Amino acid sequence: MAFLELEKLTKSFGSHNAVDGLTLGVEKGEFVALLGPSGCGKTTTLQMIAGFVEPTSGAIRLGGKDLLAMKPAKRGLGIVFQSYALFPHMTVAENVGFGLEMQGVAAAERRTRVGETLELVGLGAFTTRFPRQMSGGQQQRVALARALVIRPQVLLLDEPLSNLDAKLREGMQIELRQIQRTVGTTTILVTHDQAEAMALSDRIVVMNQGKAEQIGPPHEAYERPATPFVANFLGKTNLVNGATVRPERISFSTVGLAGTVRTRIFQGNHWLYQVETGSGLVTVIRQNTGEAMPGEGDGVHLAWEGRA
Amino acid sequence: MKAAPYLLCLPALVLFAGVVIVPLGMTVLLSFHDWGQYKGIEPVFILKNWQEVLGDSYFHEMFARTFRIAFFVTLLAAVFGAPEAYILNRMRSPWRGIFLLVILGPLLISVVARTLGWALLFGGNSGLVNKALMGMGLISAPLPFMFTETGIVIALAHVLMPYMVLAVWASLQRLDPQIENAAVALGAGPFTVLRRIVLPQVMPGILSGAVIVFALAASAFATPAIIGGRRLKVASTLAFDEFLNTLNWPLGAAVAMLLLAALVAIIWGTNRLVERRYAQVFA
Ligand SMILES: Nc1ncnc2c1ncn2[C@@H]1O[C@H](COP(=O)(O)OP(=O)(O)O)[C@@H](O)[C@H]1O
Ligand SMILES: [Mg+2]
Repeated sequence: MAFLELEKLTKSFGSHNAVDGLTLGVEKGEFVALLGPSGCGKTTTLQMIAGFVEPTSGAIRLGGKDLLAMKPAKRGLGIVFQSYALFPHMTVAENVGFGLEMQGVAAAERRTRVGETLELVGLGAFTTRFPRQMSGGQQQRVALARALVIRPQVLLLDEPLSNLDAKLREGMQIELRQIQRTVGTTTILVTHDQAEAMALSDRIVVMNQGKAEQIGPPHEAYERPATPFVANFLGKTNLVNGATVRPERISFSTVGLAGTVRTRIFQGNHWLYQVETGSGLVTVIRQNTGEAMPGEGDGVHLAWEGRA
Repeated sequence: MKAAPYLLCLPALVLFAGVVIVPLGMTVLLSFHDWGQYKGIEPVFILKNWQEVLGDSYFHEMFARTFRIAFFVTLLAAVFGAPEAYILNRMRSPWRGIFLLVILGPLLISVVARTLGWALLFGGNSGLVNKALMGMGLISAPLPFMFTETGIVIALAHVLMPYMVLAVWASLQRLDPQIENAAVALGAGPFTVLRRIVLPQVMPGILSGAVIVFALAASAFATPAIIGGRRLKVASTLAFDEFLNTLNWPLGAAVAMLLLAALVAIIWGTNRLVERRYAQVFA
């Protein structure tokens, strides 16, 4: 039996099923990502676990106990909201200490734990700042510290990095992963960014219209997508003569499917090609190794595993 | 040329000067003129009116009453208006619109009509309010509402409530929609969420609503005139009497200017307080 279990979890708004019979088991210490396009029911799922949305049917169990019978304030979960939802009238230390105060932790211990957690997220020197006086990335860390300091049974993250710019996001991904490893908290991340989900999680749940299309390790889902939706959502795919082929698996060769390069785009570490062939337009991604590559208008042959 | 913006502002400036600055200046001048029963207004410069307004205990009492009424009206409006705005903000789509209209609707009706309504409810010992209170067994003898400060406070609080509701509602709208959930997830009960999370964040809204309500209550005319009657004077009804009944315009001008100066001082002070207190937090 898994640590956190969702069983046939369903939420309807009127006649529309936002979440539709979702079943999922999360092991203790595991990092699971709910991945899917906007409106597929990720946030609704998270809010049902948190207790802010009541399921239409289904069950949620944590450590074998019925979570739905518990009030949201009693569930002891750590939540990081997309907007961070920091308390603007409280300092960083007061924000992070709020949960401990609610638990009745004495002031001295509270100070120690707040300090430790802020060190963990790299904000040891910012205790007396107000949220307004901090950058987006720093606010994000405060929100994370506020959720972690109560030593939650489960950490719920709703698009925690989507308000950061691309560079900062990558840095925070690595840091988030390290922090989660350090504290070992069972974590559920909601995101629409497949790269983020694959980079961070032990397993991903690819969701579409309230249903889980595939649950598995990122590599497995990428290599062996259960449905065309999963294949498309996790990365670029080509459909050549009824077979799906990832663009990075296709190489230029002297034999194979003949075609003409229509566009060539340089993207730093790789080249992105669109090749006109007898079986339609094929996308090809080649590593940039510094060697000369075919140019636009050149005739090429395409080869990939399982086909010469 | 950089003159264009100033030129464009000119018509508005002229209008502002014409309808605000000039009459205000003339009123200030007027307050220093002399007046006699038979000689009328004499355009001389004397301090008689100001000495009378600042020195006479009759005026002290009247100004104290004016600001006491304004204070309790503000208190009442905050105590009822802030929760009202909070409840309104939590309502769902069709109801929110309907109740907003119910709350703001009175603004569309003349103050005089609304106050006359209260006069009817309060009126005499057999007024509806007293009948209802006695019927519920809350009081044994009728309470005097007409011609009392209590009556003025209740009627004014009702008349001015929408301004408080609007000010608080505006600050509630700026709240992060997830902020209450964030506090709940950390283990806070409903009362703690209100006291520790919501109230501190809408405090600037309550204060700005209080400034508006206080200023309007202290300078209100129709309601104190109708409910307070001829004996229970406040600054604006007194100034009105000096102008139109006694015809002592200079004295009326001094009363009006003192009210204005006191209000400006109070509003300015409150603003300074709010700005200093909340600059860091809600920049
Ligand atoms: N309170 C609500 N009332 C009605 N429909 C809702 C409500 N919350 C969410 N939905 C609908 O449920 C679906 C899933 O929403 P959500 O869980 O927020 O998606 P995601 O987080 O994956 O973008 C959407 O179609 C959304 O419009
Ligand atoms: Mg969402």
